[in-house]
Amino acid sequence: MAMITADPKDVPQVASFAFTPEYLEKAKALIAQYPSGRQASAVIGVLDLAQRQQGWLPRVAMDAVAKLLDMAPIRVYEIATFYTMFQLKPKGKYLLQVCTTTPCWLRGSDGVMKACREAADGETFSVQEVECLGGCVNAPVVQINDDFYEDLDEVSMRKLLEAFRRGETPKPGPQIDRQTSAPIGGPTTLKGV
Amino acid sequence: MLADKDRIFTNLYGIHDWRLAGARARGAWDNTKAILDRGPDAIVDEMKKSGLRGRGGAGFPTGLKWSFMPKEVKDRPHYLVVNADESEPGTCKDRDIMRHDPHLLVEGCLVAGFAMRAHAGYIYVRGEFYNEAEHLKIAIQEAYDAGLLGKNACGSGWDFDLYVHRGAGAYICGEETALLESLEGKKGMPRLKPPFPAGAGLYGCPSTVNNVESIAVAPTILRRGAAWFSSFGRPNNAGTKLFCISGHVNKPCNVEEAMSIPLRELIDTHAGGVRGGWDNLLAVIPGGASVPLLPKEICDTVLMDFDALRDQKSGLGTAAVIVMDKSTDIVKAIARLSYFYKHESCGQCTPCREGTGWMWRVMERMVVGDARIEEIDALEDVTKQVEGHTICALGDAAAWPIQGLIRHFRPEMERRIRTRSRQLAAE
Amino acid sequence: MPKLKIDGVEIEVPAGITVLQACEMAGVEIPRFCYHERLSIAGNCRMCLVEQEKAPKPIASCAMPAAEGMVIKTDTPMVKKARNGVMEFLLINHPLDCPICDQGGECDLQDQAMAFGFDRSRYHENKRAVPDKELGPLVKTSMNRCIHCTRCIRFATEVAGVEELGATGRGESMEVTTYVEHALSSELSGNLVDLCPVGALTSKPYAFEARSWELSKTESVDVLDALGANIRVDTRGATVMRVLPRLNDDINEEWIGDKTRHAVDGLRYQRLDRPYVRKAGKLAPATWAEAFTAIASKLEGVDGKKIAAIVGDQCDAEAMVALKDLMAALGSPNVDCRQDGARLEAGVRAGYIFNPGIQGIDQADAILLIGTNPRLESPVLNARIRKRYLTGRCAIASIGSVADLTYPTERLGAGPATLRELADGKLGFSEKLKAAKNPLIIVGMGALSRDDGTAVLALARELAEKANAVREDWNGFAVLHTAAARVGGLDLGLVPGEGGRDVAGILEGAQAKEIEVVYLLAADEIDTQKLGKAFVVYQGHHGDAGAHRADVILPGAAYTEKPGTYVNTEGRVQLGRRANFPPGEAREDWAILRALSERLGKTLPYDTLDQVRSRLVAVSRSFAALDQQVAGNWGTFGKAGPTSDAAFASPITNYYMTCPISRASRTMAECMASRQQLLAAE
Repeated sequence: MAMITADPKDVPQVASFAFTPEYLEKAKALIAQYPSGRQASAVIGVLDLAQRQQGWLPRVAMDAVAKLLDMAPIRVYEIATFYTMFQLKPKGKYLLQVCTTTPCWLRGSDGVMKACREAADGETFSVQEVECLGGCVNAPVVQINDDFYEDLDEVSMRKLLEAFRRGETPKPGPQIDRQTSAPIGGPTTLKGV
Repeated sequence: MLADKDRIFTNLYGIHDWRLAGARARGAWDNTKAILDRGPDAIVDEMKKSGLRGRGGAGFPTGLKWSFMPKEVKDRPHYLVVNADESEPGTCKDRDIMRHDPHLLVEGCLVAGFAMRAHAGYIYVRGEFYNEAEHLKIAIQEAYDAGLLGKNACGSGWDFDLYVHRGAGAYICGEETALLESLEGKKGMPRLKPPFPAGAGLYGCPSTVNNVESIAVAPTILRRGAAWFSSFGRPNNAGTKLFCISGHVNKPCNVEEAMSIPLRELIDTHAGGVRGGWDNLLAVIPGGASVPLLPKEICDTVLMDFDALRDQKSGLGTAAVIVMDKSTDIVKAIARLSYFYKHESCGQCTPCREGTGWMWRVMERMVVGDARIEEIDALEDVTKQVEGHTICALGDAAAWPIQGLIRHFRPEMERRIRTRSRQLAAE
Repeated sequence: MPKLKIDGVEIEVPAGITVLQACEMAGVEIPRFCYHERLSIAGNCRMCLVEQEKAPKPIASCAMPAAEGMVIKTDTPMVKKARNGVMEFLLINHPLDCPICDQGGECDLQDQAMAFGFDRSRYHENKRAVPDKELGPLVKTSMNRCIHCTRCIRFATEVAGVEELGATGRGESMEVTTYVEHALSSELSGNLVDLCPVGALTSKPYAFEARSWELSKTESVDVLDALGANIRVDTRGATVMRVLPRLNDDINEEWIGDKTRHAVDGLRYQRLDRPYVRKAGKLAPATWAEAFTAIASKLEGVDGKKIAAIVGDQCDAEAMVALKDLMAALGSPNVDCRQDGARLEAGVRAGYIFNPGIQGIDQADAILLIGTNPRLESPVLNARIRKRYLTGRCAIASIGSVADLTYPTERLGAGPATLRELADGKLGFSEKLKAAKNPLIIVGMGALSRDDGTAVLALARELAEKANAVREDWNGFAVLHTAAARVGGLDLGLVPGEGGRDVAGILEGAQAKEIEVVYLLAADEIDTQKLGKAFVVYQGHHGDAGAHRADVILPGAAYTEKPGTYVNTEGRVQLGRRANFPPGEAREDWAILRALSERLGKTLPYDTLDQVRSRLVAVSRSFAALDQQVAGNWGTFGKAGPTSDAAFASPITNYYMTCPISRASRTMAECMASRQQLLAAE
């Protein structure tokens, strides 16, 4: 089961972190969304940017975010350990977030998880068990980096992973013949619209 | 069956163009100014008359909620906050709205924001919905570019800004005050109430938090009239509704239907029926993970609305129907939900922090029958010690599925315990 | 004033209070863990749930405003079930290690478990294991015991003003931590231990030292700074085991500084426990009679003008008045209680006390700090300023100090020139002071313990008058002392008499051989190198600077070892009580002086403590009123004159070592090392 927190002593040390100009610009655009003096509102977004730049969130990155937003570092550590999308340890190129909550489990997430665990090498693939991803009518669902792959089973999952390993980016969405969340074989409604 | 002409989400499956041109072709943004010209009070009244009840799970009347906002803007600005932190297991309807018909939501934000005298709105999208948030951002930009948002939105004389705020993985942020905390840059820990958001919400200012679907249906209701909307469903359960049907059905899907549709009709008509036929049905969780399950005999006849499901000691919740056939390890299915609540408890208050872990651990033993018969009662007692004693409703949500299981499947739980103890005795 | 019914009894309560407070007013006790009246409301422990008529669920009484017409019930099955349930949840992951827990015997969880707990557990799973945290030399952690009430986090963030503690993770994995291990950078960290309702945070220096029920508890007053914090001294036998705060809203609320709490191990080390007389250049143990004889023979025939006395910073008023009377009897005008050379005068009382009182800070709406670092000089007073800052609408500025005070201050300038400009209305802050209803001007020793101190004092007075800070209904002129004895000394007139010498003059005189005998009453903060060849008598409790230089040592009592009267920086007279006896042959200080006076043939006219205290009142009426702040009349003090350009600098740079007791304390040495490490890491 996924651990939320990571002890800062157990992760590799990163000496320093600074936003690149492009990321800094994005961070400033985020801050501008909120009233002045409320820059802390941007903390999730700015942490996400730091994570995108670095690949994960070392402590120095959290400190840089704290400084940028004029927050006490502990407040940023709290946020980074509270929300599960923040990766406090380095991860592979593709993060496989496998949903195993009941709707996915009912439709075979165990097999999907098996395929993912076997592929996880920490370099190309890291695997994380996650809670409901909100794609339940397309269960089982796996989120790979920013994209949802849906209607999976063990076999299609393996195929998907092989494609990623070959450097391809398979098309997200249902991995069976299906239009998004419509019933398999075509919608029962909205046929005339 | 609801007629297509009465469906609000006409691009639910993303077959058509989700951008502004496509949305306009489907009727969105059609003379929004005329709606705004009616004035905030008329809009709120119409919403009240429509009978729309919040689509996020609690079912609080939307118009009434809007009317709690102060009638005048004083020293503190008003805020509209849209709850797009869709994370209730079984639920994936708001996702479709955001990715396939985002302009319905964006227009709804303007109308709702105007009705509650807010000049700014934030849409809090769960972090995992990265692509959905991108669609929303594009839709918002299109609206700005077309003069539909921003200064003098739609030529109404009202200024309205709308922002997308992404979360980062926390079910609890779907609780409205936890969402506000998160939006303010803190951990998503629910606030003590009172004060309620309409008095002191985002940044301490009057705020209203609404579900995506509640907001997205508002412009259509206002265009077609309260009477049209309330003509669907039974009294007090008005309107059309997005249903999510997952689990052991032949064709899982999202679908917009009239409220009060019989559960069996919903499943048979749109989801291709239960896997192996209706008689192969074991149980249904009718409204997202938080509501107690219903055994087949109730599913045979129950209607899908707030009151009918409440009468069966369950609830409509988010109208996410999780179907389980007879092959299901029902105890394990609920135990997995217990793990979910343990994982998602924010840890703030004692009964939930300690109780969710306790309940999950006992449930794991119940799966294999590694317990004593009396522990079923103890487990039920623990759920009652959590229920009603927490800051927010997550404690209740963690307790109810287990209570439902014990209510309807106690013999199965006892059977496992007996089998296991016989096995142990034999060894 | 809402009226509500609590357990059938109708009660009218002030508007704005909570149901929990209303229950307390009605005499109904509500159990709680997270609620603390000096911290923000968290409402997380759920122990305080009560039943409200018509509410479907029990309500958290700590967070619910008491409203008109409410019907509250605290003794129903619903409430009982809620409390028992919460208690069970708190205990399932709490270790059963009360027998080895320092909180045992004074633990809220233990006490409330007696009332609401079961005698056995229904929890058959493994208990949670949580790694302990390193929070520095004072706070020991045992995080398995933590019940996540977040009092410590709220205290650190709100009161102490160091945003370093937080709760990481979530759900049952939530941990109270600094995340990156480091000691807390607060001078108030010991209070975390008091606030923790369980044994998760306990006192590190006191670990496994004693059980609460073995200790004798004595209510007393602190002397490690000039605040006069109310304390409880816990002793076992002759040893002070610990010091805890006592509640006094006017002074320290319920906080004390880390030095006040943890310097007490210094009472055990380097103590003077017998008289000494220097023989052939070396201090040798002696009897009281021998010591007195040595003094008497030295004083024989010495002109009073060649005798001088310097009073230490922690002396009790009884000893000071006895010294004053003895010096008068010996014909010496050379007496001074201002070791640091502060240019304060004994005449106008309002000129040397913190006139608005500590609680006056709460009313101030513009605060100016002149030559003071209150965080180091009196951390509890500093927390009071922070509290005022947090309630908003209060401008705070400083002249001189640039330290992090835990609240933002506008730095106006470095020294007297800035003060001059401010008085002349040339700075923006002048307007803020003038516009303020209750301007507060805090003058520290950093502004007064300098050659131009008299002129600075006059400037500060001028500013106070111009800012309308001195009125019938408000006196915002506030002197923040660093010495616990100072106001008492000034009240008693322990300043040079007609033609007498002050501390600098005494030292000059000693070097010039114009002063032959110097009596140091626990005075260790002077430069003893400058005592020349004078014959030095040191009366005090620690083998510190003064004792090393002494020719005769008379062992006195430290503050916990004698009944003593102290006057705090506000001018409030308070009694310290004896908690233990001084070591060996050491004696109460006034009694030593009384005995010596007899040997010198100048017998002081008092034989009992009561008689000395009557003498105090005779010398200064201010000693007549105990525990009250007696206002002083305004008048002219200080004297205009040239000032230097030198910046004001607080006399205290190292909070942890400011007196013989704290210098002898090993705990304080550890604190200092830890703080230096922290600073180096930044």
